[in-house]
Amino acid sequence: MIMETAVENKYTYKDFESDQEVRWCPGCDDYVILRSMQKALPEMGVKKEDVVFVSGIGCSSRFPYYIDTYGMHTIHGRAPAIASGVKLANPSLSVWVATGDGDAMAIGGNHFIHVLRRNIDLNIILFNNEIYGLTKGQFSPTSMVGQKTKSSPYGNTQPPFNPGELALGAGARFYGRISGNSPKDISQMLIDAHHFKGTSLIEVLQNCVIFNDGCYSNVTNKDVKEDKLIFLEHGKPMIFGKNRDKGLVLSNLKLEVVTIGENGITEDNILIHDAKEKDPTMHQMLVRLEYPLATGIIRSYNDLTLEEREAEVTKQVKANSKFKKIDDLFFSGETYKVE
Amino acid sequence: MIVEKSNIQSEALETVVIRFVGDSGDGMQLTGTQFTDTSAMFGNDIATFPNYPSEIRAPQGSLFGVSGFQVHIGSVEVSTPGDNLDLLVAMNPASLKTNLYALKPGHTIIVDTDAFNRKNLEKAQYKSNPLEDDTLNNYRVVKVDMTSLTREALKDIEGLDNKTITRSKNMFALGMVYWMYGRTTEYTIDFFKKKFRKEPLLIDVNTKVLKAGYNFAETLEFIPNAYSVSPAKMASGTYRVIMGNTATAWGFLAAAEKSGLELFLGSYPITPATDILHELVKHKHFGVKAFQAEDEIAGISSAIGAAFAGDLAITTTSGPGLALKGEALGLAIMMELPLVVVNVQRGGPSTGLPTKTEQSDLFQALYGRNGESPAIVIAASTPSNCFDFAFQAAKLALEHMTPVILLTDGYIANGSAPWRIQSVEELPEIKNNKVKEGADNWSPYIRNEKTLARNWAIPGTIGLEHRIGGLEKDSITGNVSQAPENHEIMTKIRAEKVKRVQDDIPEIKTEFATSGDLLVVGWGGTYGSLHSAVKQMNLVGYKNIGLAHFNYINPLPKNTGDLLTKFKKIVVCELNNGQFVNMLRMNFTGIEFLQYNKIQGLPFGNSELMEVFKKLIK
Ligand SMILES: Cc1ncc(C[n+]2csc(CCOP(=O)(O)OP(=O)(O)O)c2C)c(N)n1
Ligand code: SF4
Ligand SMILES: [Mg+2]
Repeated sequence: MIMETAVENKYTYKDFESDQEVRWCPGCDDYVILRSMQKALPEMGVKKEDVVFVSGIGCSSRFPYYIDTYGMHTIHGRAPAIASGVKLANPSLSVWVATGDGDAMAIGGNHFIHVLRRNIDLNIILFNNEIYGLTKGQFSPTSMVGQKTKSSPYGNTQPPFNPGELALGAGARFYGRISGNSPKDISQMLIDAHHFKGTSLIEVLQNCVIFNDGCYSNVTNKDVKEDKLIFLEHGKPMIFGKNRDKGLVLSNLKLEVVTIGENGITEDNILIHDAKEKDPTMHQMLVRLEYPLATGIIRSYNDLTLEEREAEVTKQVKANSKFKKIDDLFFSGETYKVE
Repeated sequence: MIVEKSNIQSEALETVVIRFVGDSGDGMQLTGTQFTDTSAMFGNDIATFPNYPSEIRAPQGSLFGVSGFQVHIGSVEVSTPGDNLDLLVAMNPASLKTNLYALKPGHTIIVDTDAFNRKNLEKAQYKSNPLEDDTLNNYRVVKVDMTSLTREALKDIEGLDNKTITRSKNMFALGMVYWMYGRTTEYTIDFFKKKFRKEPLLIDVNTKVLKAGYNFAETLEFIPNAYSVSPAKMASGTYRVIMGNTATAWGFLAAAEKSGLELFLGSYPITPATDILHELVKHKHFGVKAFQAEDEIAGISSAIGAAFAGDLAITTTSGPGLALKGEALGLAIMMELPLVVVNVQRGGPSTGLPTKTEQSDLFQALYGRNGESPAIVIAASTPSNCFDFAFQAAKLALEHMTPVILLTDGYIANGSAPWRIQSVEELPEIKNNKVKEGADNWSPYIRNEKTLARNWAIPGTIGLEHRIGGLEKDSITGNVSQAPENHEIMTKIRAEKVKRVQDDIPEIKTEFATSGDLLVVGWGGTYGSLHSAVKQMNLVGYKNIGLAHFNYINPLPKNTGDLLTKFKKIVVCELNNGQFVNMLRMNFTGIEFLQYNKIQGLPFGNSELMEVFKKLIK
């Protein structure tokens, strides 16, 4: 984690609580994400007035109302486009998008892939509860096949997106996945996302206690978590398990789980995670892995942002331009006088 | 009343309508613009209209591959590209076939006889050669072997391929027309020098052919120099020829500089609005941020984001794109952000007639959103006043903190006219509602008492952090509120805010008569047609006809009701099935409104309108 030193006023999480009563269902993971954000913000070294949260529509999209910074609660699916406008208008702002699985990948799918492609320096928190919460329980583009919901009483027949796979396919430079019940890790990932230059996408596996309770419990419950999830860290071996004795190796172009100490396997055989690699092939394999489910920052590839590319072009155009003010343009070229 | 013939004739002599037509590859747009620019330099008033096929590469010689450029030049004010032609320059059979209808009987056609071969005649579906049968009996036909003469003119230049030779024959035609109207070739030769800086051979080729055409016309006695059109009387100043879409783009550039804000455009390409995007992307040197988004929704959404962040934000589109922007526009109305949406109208519904003009999006602009969502709606009426109304749209949005829809249309957007250049200094001041600090109980919904515009606190401003959004907000605190009375209060505030724009817009004036038998009412891009038809009526003795042409649609100018009661009859003329007329009926219930509508993707014709008016006056 890089610390910015120049900021004198040290905030606490309380500085980021708005005066609005939080209205999510008791027990909803959205509370965890909110608090993780409020705790992460003072660590980022940003000024409160320079932070903007933009959201679409959904339970998760209520997020901006609860944080005492600038914020916009907009329309369903469009937050990435609106946030892009905020950032392009004023690149010095720290811009965040709060979005749900339906908001981002159903109605807003187009904006979602394009914002990732362009690599504008903003941060997207995807609250993936594999359901439409606000409209009371229809299947979403991440719901599993067979899942019974209000709009699929006999079981969902539409195969889902894997958000990480979609994001990497769209060219995402930063993608992290994190369990909704691990506030400290969420905070740290938010801080890392903030410092990353480019679009960062954080998918939070968010439990909806009302309409899809327990959708992640087989991997995120305390007692199974360490065995079912792998927490990836750049530069470190891909090891997991309660006893830290399981690891990932590459075998026949596939990731395979091995046990350290068995069949002559030592830690040296285990793959080292390279989040910064440009080629996303390994990152794609990791996001597709079902056992263990990959969490942590899977990809964090440094690339030019759209603002940087724009600024460079603009600088050149300015240097070569003969126009200093608008009148220069108006009176340029073919003009004629009428007396 | 008897139409005095002599009057009409002398009027006609002061202006001339020329149409250059040919195959898409014949360079008719270039020929037309060169003639236009040269005439403008000469001091004529002008109005132009390009007409090209919607196919990008239509088959050569085909009827639907015909491309044309019409220009109306005058020693007096001209307000439309004109309907009936005085001169038709047709480079091939297909273009003759599709354009002959517009030429006035007895008037002149120049044709390239070389292009009238069997293959081309077949493609144009001519059973026999119109140059040899009686098709053209009613016209003066000037037959010129243009291709051969072009080749002859270039015989001294070695190594020219056939394509280069045939491609430059349009300059032969232009040369001839220059001579006929007493123009010089200088301007165009200068143009070649600039355009072909890197290919000096082409400067030589085009100059030779242009001069050859000019000399040919001079030498031949059967082309009289009869239609000299002297310079028009125009207000003094520096002028340039400008296209409607360019004028729109420049209006925003001026507004940005005047208001001290940066300009942000979010847009997605669509005919006939794309040229505004093309123009604004060029101006990075002025700090313009032009963002080509993934669709129209993202276009307006990014602009909304930029408006929240403090830019002068605009989005540009045409009808189908406005439909996509509807929901986001409602958001901007709800959030009370300054935003300009430009809709360059085209024929609809759906994809409709992409390259043809229509005024059928008025209802969409006024009502095409969910909920009570009033927007300011204004319309430009000529290619050059697109500049003024783009500027005005930005000014109203910023001063009143609410979205403005600016309507133009394919006809004025692609048409060009002289524009008296306005320096940014001469333009009115633009204020905005930005705040730098607030009291302890500050809320974004603190309003300007006069305009009801709310405070605009942009991110980066210390202590004014706040959240806005699409949910209804409490009228005082700005927090989410579903309270019944509050929603009604807020709905009425948003409506009243738009209504109060009336205080900042000029009253409408009638032209030609302030009271009388017939008031012709129009709005937007039909101004030129209506103006010239009513003017003509006046010239031939109908003095009791007035014209009221609207640029401000919502709200209407304050004096609208008064003005309407001054005439015995009112006819509202629109290029749609009757939209403004119904809006007027709704607003002025005691008044009877007649209507005249045309929905053919074409502008009104002069004689067509005069006939309608005459019938109504009887
Ligand atoms: C244009 C539009 N269509 C539909 C809706 C209704 N709607 C609101 S939220 C939502 C789905 C939300 O699901 P998700 O994005 O997963 O958010 P969650 O509530 O689960 O956090 C829908 C369909 C809407 N508000 N606007
Ligand atoms: S419905 Fe589900 S996602 Fe929405 S607030 Fe309740 S628990 Fe959270
Ligand atoms: Mg959801």
